[in-house]
Amino acid sequence: MNALIDIAVPVQSACLHCGGPVSAGERYCCVGCRSAHQLVGELGLDQYYRQRQFDPAQRRPRPEVDRQGSDLSAWVTTDESQAGRTPQAHLSMMVDGLHCGACVWLIEQALLRQPGVITARVSLSTRRLSLAWQPAATSAEHLATVVESLGYRLVPVAPDCLRNRDEAELKSLLQAMAVAGFAAGNLMLLSVSVWSGHGDMAPGTRDLFHWISALIAIPAVGYAGRPFFKSALNVLRHGRTNMDVPISLAIVLAPSISLYETFTGGEQAYFDSAATLLFFLLIGRYLDLRARRLAHSSAEQLMALGGEAATLILEDGSLRDIPARDLKAGQCALVHVGARIPADGTVTQGESQLDVSLISGESMPAKAGPGAHVYAGTLNLVAPLTIAIDKVGDATLLADIRRLMEAAESRRNRFIRIADRIARYYAPFVHATALLTFLGWITLGHLPWTSALLIAIAVLIITCPCALALAVPVVQVVASHRLLKAGILLKSADALERLCQVDSIVLDKTGTLTVGRLELQPGYDPQALAIAARIAANSKHPLARAVARAGGDLVPAAPVTEIPGKGLEWASADGIWRLGSAAFTGQADDHSSDHVLWLLDPGGKAAAFHLADPIRPDAAAIVAELAKLGSIEICSGDRPAPVAHLAQRVGISTWHALQMPADKVRRLEELRAAGKHVLMIGDGLNDAPALRAAHVSMAPTSAADISQNAADLLFQGDALRPVTLAIAIAKTTERLMRQNLALAIVYNVAAIPLAIGGAVTPLVAAISMSTSSILVVLNSLRLNAKRRRQNPSQEGA
Amino acid sequence: MTILLYLIPTALTLGGLALAGFLWALKSGQFDDLDGAAQRILFDDPADTPPKR
Repeated sequence: MNALIDIAVPVQSACLHCGGPVSAGERYCCVGCRSAHQLVGELGLDQYYRQRQFDPAQRRPRPEVDRQGSDLSAWVTTDESQAGRTPQAHLSMMVDGLHCGACVWLIEQALLRQPGVITARVSLSTRRLSLAWQPAATSAEHLATVVESLGYRLVPVAPDCLRNRDEAELKSLLQAMAVAGFAAGNLMLLSVSVWSGHGDMAPGTRDLFHWISALIAIPAVGYAGRPFFKSALNVLRHGRTNMDVPISLAIVLAPSISLYETFTGGEQAYFDSAATLLFFLLIGRYLDLRARRLAHSSAEQLMALGGEAATLILEDGSLRDIPARDLKAGQCALVHVGARIPADGTVTQGESQLDVSLISGESMPAKAGPGAHVYAGTLNLVAPLTIAIDKVGDATLLADIRRLMEAAESRRNRFIRIADRIARYYAPFVHATALLTFLGWITLGHLPWTSALLIAIAVLIITCPCALALAVPVVQVVASHRLLKAGILLKSADALERLCQVDSIVLDKTGTLTVGRLELQPGYDPQALAIAARIAANSKHPLARAVARAGGDLVPAAPVTEIPGKGLEWASADGIWRLGSAAFTGQADDHSSDHVLWLLDPGGKAAAFHLADPIRPDAAAIVAELAKLGSIEICSGDRPAPVAHLAQRVGISTWHALQMPADKVRRLEELRAAGKHVLMIGDGLNDAPALRAAHVSMAPTSAADISQNAADLLFQGDALRPVTLAIAIAKTTERLMRQNLALAIVYNVAAIPLAIGGAVTPLVAAISMSTSSILVVLNSLRLNAKRRRQNPSQEGA
Repeated sequence: MTILLYLIPTALTLGGLALAGFLWALKSGQFDDLDGAAQRILFDDPADTPPKR
């Protein structure tokens, strides 16, 4: 078991708490880590350090020292105190930065050691912390601070926006499945004895067995069949039909007529067929719903929260933290460094720079001084700002983008899944065949109506194949598991089917074709970098961050002052160092690039650092592969020159620059009007509406939350390879689905003449049902075996 | 064949107990966090932890 491997690293190379780099001789990378390590020691939870295992995809558990505790009261629910019981307060929070079971254990134990905590439970699957405590003994804010000081980040979750509905539905399906499985197993036991004792068995014993079967089957079918009855009633009420109608008919009629047979001492009963059919169908339904639920990613949850906390400035000048959605126009809010602007407004005080990439996709920060308009969702980088709020909630630009997304969604052609398309033709066929069989046997075969009905039910059971219900969901589950192993998250259940039809590709530039973060270019002075990185570590400006990253997370220099729009100044022992723009450091600005930082030492010597947003390493190769599928073009919000340059480097001839979110949507609609099926790949908030408008869309996991939410598939890593890999898997999946459906239908159509002829006994029905289901499941599993043989190198990417 | 009169109810009762057990486990949330439960057993509960519930 991996989690047992001791990964404690030598003191010199890594921080004792977060495992990050430290400078020589230090044991901790920062003050926050030292106090976290002390806290863990004081609580007696040192075991954590021995047993934890880092997940490289998660951020390091490095506490943010200057983090302001926000007011959580809006998310806390308190039980009404009943006589004799102490009142309890409850809170659910998403935990960011969970690496493994050790993190779960540490958080739970640390919280349980706080006075007043009743339960603390972290779910590793849903990354959610559920807390219950006595409000008299402690407060939500204090408990949150404990977890945050250990280096995790918490986002409160409103109780009503949880995935409760889906979870409850899954649970009830699982319950129905358990009941159907129990009934199917026991009925089969009884039926097999009836079949094997055929002829020898005394009629009295057979009737007893039938009566016991009826006793099990009728309540079980009544309970476990509810999902199908509900859906069937729903479509019938709207005058339509789907596969649930013949299924409901079969599972209601089969036990009813068998009960009649039992009453009259008949030989054949279909109790076991009804229960088995129901059991297999419920498996398919469960797998299908689970696949669909993936769509509700954690990104969606974060979005549903309606932004983070905002700091309100009251009239007497005091500060109060409130949820951003409670802000009102006309109020004043303070935006800390590193916080997002909570609502659209005008700057009244302070001078800073904003990371506007969420809105415009621009990688360079924008200046903001008194009088400037700022938009909700942009990130404050340099200095605190006071803003007067003009627009909140639905009136903000962020909400506009969301509306644009919703509009795009509603215009998108409703995609009909292959299974539903088949069901649409298949369901009437099933009804007609069963009805004709019934009438045929009465009028032509001169059978009593009960016998004719029994044969018609055999037709229904044979033609509503459980294999058909399993054909698509099983492949779906196998495929999404394979994609997940390759670092691709499938978010909507039918995305794979849509991905197969793609014949046109639209790409964003920044963050999609490029990595989306600035990196230091070769040709710098390593000694200068060591100093520049220490100075840069004090700033959140993207250029400074890139330099700090290149220097390898050194200990920040102090004291450093940041001059907005110019650069950083470090008052060291030997004099003033400056890191910043050409003008700030007194260099000649050659305007050759936006991305140059200069370091000026106290002696007046300067060193330059060139930075660039690198192209994804395999972009050109992947673009060439994608071009084989159809037309390919770039739609970017950036200026024409860099877009043209990049297009030329990756080998794309069609490009559009200066595209606003609405322009991108318009371009996609043009393509759709021309009959194209567009795959959109983008990452910025400005791409979100386009991602929704496209036939199918992908986004890197580095994308903005909203874009992750809008995309159908997410992929990890710096390479674009997952895009072609996903298309390849989608094509295999589609082929397997078709094979499965064909297999299921052929199998059942072959059995129809038998059923119509009245030759299908309950035994034949049971055998045909199980073998076709097993065949379909085995065929789906080929997706795993096949891919492993073809691409051993891509496994476990 | 009268043995069947004992055997069948016994078999059904045993099966029913298993079903009831599963439904209880489902209802009490034991299937909510399958990843976490697998890792949880690797950690000793410290002796001085306040009792849960």
